[in-house]
Amino acid sequence: MKIKLESKNVDVYYDKLKALSNINMIIPENAVTALIGPSGCGKSTFLRLFNRMNDYIDSFKLSGDVLIDGQNIYEKNILVDELRKNVGMVFQKPNPFPKSIFDNVAYGLKIQGIKDKEFLRKRVKDALVQAALWDEVKDDLNKSALSLSGGQQQRVCIARTLAVEPTILLMDEPTSALDPIATTKVEQLITSLKEKYTIVIVTHNMQQAGRISDYTSFFYMGDLIEFDKTDVIFTNPKQKQTENYITGRFG
Amino acid sequence: MNNGKINRVKDTIFKYVGILACSIGLILLAIFIGNILIDGFSRIDLDFLTSLPSRKAEKAGILTAWSGSLWIVVLTFFISVPIGVCAGIYLEEYGKKGRLTNLLEINISNLAGVPSIIYGLLGLEIFVRLSKMGSSVLAGSFTLSLLILPIIIVATREALRAVPSSIRAASYGLGASKWQTIWYQVLPASSGGILTGVILAISRAVGETAPLIVVGALAYVPFTPKGIMDEFTVLPIQIFNWVSRPQHEFSINAAAAIIILLIITFALNGIAVYFRNKWQKKLS
Amino acid sequence: MKKYKEKLIEFFLKLTALVTILTTIGIIWVLLSESISFFKEVSILEFITDKQWTPLFARKHFGIMPLISGTILTTIIALCVSLPIGLTIAIYLSEYAHIKIKKTIKPLLEILAAVPTVVYGFFALMVVTPFLQNIIPGLAGFNSLSAGIVMGIMIIPFISSLSEDALSSVPRSLRDASYGMGATRLQTSFKVMVPAASSGIVVSVILAFSRAIGETMIVAIAAGQQPRLTLNPLVPVETITAYIVQVSLGDVAHGSLEYKTIFAAGITLFVFTFILNNISYWIRKKFREEYE
Repeated sequence: MKIKLESKNVDVYYDKLKALSNINMIIPENAVTALIGPSGCGKSTFLRLFNRMNDYIDSFKLSGDVLIDGQNIYEKNILVDELRKNVGMVFQKPNPFPKSIFDNVAYGLKIQGIKDKEFLRKRVKDALVQAALWDEVKDDLNKSALSLSGGQQQRVCIARTLAVEPTILLMDEPTSALDPIATTKVEQLITSLKEKYTIVIVTHNMQQAGRISDYTSFFYMGDLIEFDKTDVIFTNPKQKQTENYITGRFG
Repeated sequence: MNNGKINRVKDTIFKYVGILACSIGLILLAIFIGNILIDGFSRIDLDFLTSLPSRKAEKAGILTAWSGSLWIVVLTFFISVPIGVCAGIYLEEYGKKGRLTNLLEINISNLAGVPSIIYGLLGLEIFVRLSKMGSSVLAGSFTLSLLILPIIIVATREALRAVPSSIRAASYGLGASKWQTIWYQVLPASSGGILTGVILAISRAVGETAPLIVVGALAYVPFTPKGIMDEFTVLPIQIFNWVSRPQHEFSINAAAAIIILLIITFALNGIAVYFRNKWQKKLS
Repeated sequence: MKKYKEKLIEFFLKLTALVTILTTIGIIWVLLSESISFFKEVSILEFITDKQWTPLFARKHFGIMPLISGTILTTIIALCVSLPIGLTIAIYLSEYAHIKIKKTIKPLLEILAAVPTVVYGFFALMVVTPFLQNIIPGLAGFNSLSAGIVMGIMIIPFISSLSEDALSSVPRSLRDASYGMGATRLQTSFKVMVPAASSGIVVSVILAFSRAIGETMIVAIAAGQQPRLTLNPLVPVETITAYIVQVSLGDVAHGSLEYKTIFAAGITLFVFTFILNNISYWIRKKFREEYE
C-alpha cells in the first residue's frame, strides 16, 4: 500500500472556532477512502485541505502539514493552480458551467492554453467515456450542459475533472442531490475509476461508504475518531462512538 | 515561460489594474475638490452668504440662491414624502399580483429612468402654464417632487420588505387589522430605511438644475422668496450662471458656491448612511 | 365600521400610487401635444433628414440630426471611459478584493454619482478642458471630449455597482468549480463569472447609456451650444438636453415655433431613453426568473 495523501498534526480554525483538531491520517493510493460523520464534524473541511479550496475563506487558519506524495502543499513555493490540476474536485450539487457539454469538459484544458482542436476533441471524448457518459451525449456535445438530467450533469462535472488528468479525485457528497438510479451510475463510475485515481469521498450515506470505499474514516466534532479498512469499520469498530454512528444511534 | 506562469502573471497584473481602476475615479474627485477649495475657499465669508446677486463679482452673494433652495427643498419634502411613502406602502403591502401592480411596477421603473430635463418640460406645461402657477417656488417644487417620487417609492418598498414577517404575523395574531399592523408595527420598524431613502432623494433634489431651468427659475433674482408663489433661483442655477460667464472672478464665485453645495450634498449623504447603518443594526 | 375604514385607507393609498401613472400620462401627453403642433409646421421628413438645426436663427432649419449626433458623441465618449473602468472595478471587487475592502470601496464610489451634475460641469470646463488643451493643441474651449470624459467618471458607479451585484449573484458553486480545476482568478472572472452574469452586466451598461443620453448640465456647460453634425470630439457640439436648456434660458414666447422645438427635441430624447429603459427592464425580469 502506497501512501498518496497524508495529514500531520493538522489543526484548522475559522476565526476562533476550531474546526479540526490534531488530525493525523494517511490516504492510500488507487483506493477509495470515505470520510463519514455527522454534519459539521469537519469532514468537508478536511477534504478541501487537499486542493486548498479553504484558502478563499477569509477566517481560515491552518497549522500542521498536509502532504501529497510526501510534499507539503501549504509551503510558500507551491503554485495553487498547478496543485489543483493534479487534484480534481467534484461538488455536492452538479455545477456545470452555463456552456455546452463540450466546453464544460474542455474548460480545464483550455485554461491551460491548449488550443489544438484535434487534441481537445480526443481528450473530451476520453473523459466522457471514462465518466460513462459518452454514449448518452456523443451526438449532443454542443447542447448546453444545463439541459441534461441531474445525474448526467454530475457525470459531466466528473468528466470535466478527469479531462485534466489529475491523479487524485476529491468528491464532496457527489450523489446527495441525485435520485437513486443516477446515484447507482455514479457509484459504479467511482468504483471503476479507482484503478487510475486516488479517490477521497465525503458522504452522509453509510451504505454508500460501505458499498464503494476501501477505507473509511469517522470524524466527530473536529476529531478523527477512527480510520481503518471499510469492512473493519463496519463490522468491528474499535471505538464506541464509531459503532454508535454506524449503527444509527446518533447523527 | 509556460502557460501556467503566463496566466499567473496576467492574474497579478489584473489585480493592480483593478486597484488602479478603483482609485482613479476617487483620485480625480479628490483633485477636483482640492482645486475647488483652492479657488473658492477664501471667497466664502459671511458677506458671501448674506449678499444679493450683483453684476460685480466681488460684491455678489448667494443669499437668494440658498434661500430659494431652502424653500424648494422644504416644499418638495412636504409634497413628495407623503405621496411617495403611501404609494410605496400600497405597492408593497396591498398590491396583489396582477395587471395593475405589474403596470405600476414597470411604470415606476420607467419613470426612474426618464431624464430629469423631461420632468422640466412636464412641469413647464402642467404647473407653470396650465395650472397658472408661473415660474414659482410651488411649480418648481411640484416638478422636483414628481422627479424624486420613484426614488422614495423604491426606497420605501425596500425598507418595508426588510421588516421580518414574524412582526406582521405577531400583530395579526393579536387581532390587529392590516392597517393597524402597518401603522403600529411595520412602519416604525422600517422607518430608518424609509428615512434613508427620503434623505437621499432630497439630496438629489438639492443638486438638480436642469428641470428648474426649464420651468423658468431665474438666474438673476434680486430678492429672496417671501411665499410659495414668488419667483426664485437655487444654488445650482446660481453656480451654472456664474460658470457660464467669461470673467475669472465669477468662476471664483462659482467655486465658492460649489463648496457650499457639496457640503450640503455630502452632509445629507452622510446622514443617510448613518441612519441606514443604525437601522440595519437594529433590524438584525 | 373598522372594515369600512380599512377599505378607505386602501383606496387612498391606491390613489397615491396612481400619481405615478398620471405622471407618465402627463409626460407623454405634454410631449405629444406640443410636438404634434410642431410637426404641423415642420415636416417630419425635414426633422429627420435635414442636416442643420438652426431654429433660433433667421434662416431656420429643423434637422434634429446634429443634436442627436452631439448626444451620441458625448455618450459614446462617456461609455469609453466608464465601461472599461466600471467593469474592471466590478470584477476586482467581486473576485479579488477582501470583503472589507469591497464594503468600503463600493459606497465611496457611489459618492461619484451623488455629486450634483452642475459641479461636474464646472470640473469639465475649468479643469479638464484646460488640462487637455496642453496635450491636444487644437482643442476648442467647448468640446465633447471633456464633457464626455467627465460624464464617464460620473457614471462609473452605475456600471461598477450594478455589474458587481450581477457578478455576486452568480452561484458560488460555479466559481468553486473553476478554481477547483486550477483556473486563476482572472480566468474564472472572464471565462465563467462574466458570461454567467452577462445579462446583469448588459443591464448596467444600458442604464448607464440611458443616463448619459439624458445628462444635461455637464454638456450644457462644457460641450458648447453649437449644433453640428460631426463626430469630431475636439469641437463644440450641442446635445438635445443642452438645446432645451439654451432655449429655456432665453425669452421664448409660449406658442411660438421655438417654444415647440424644445418639446420636439424632448420627445426624441424620451423615445431613446424609453426604449433603453424597457430593454433593461425586460432583461432584468428574465434574468431574475433564470435564477429562481
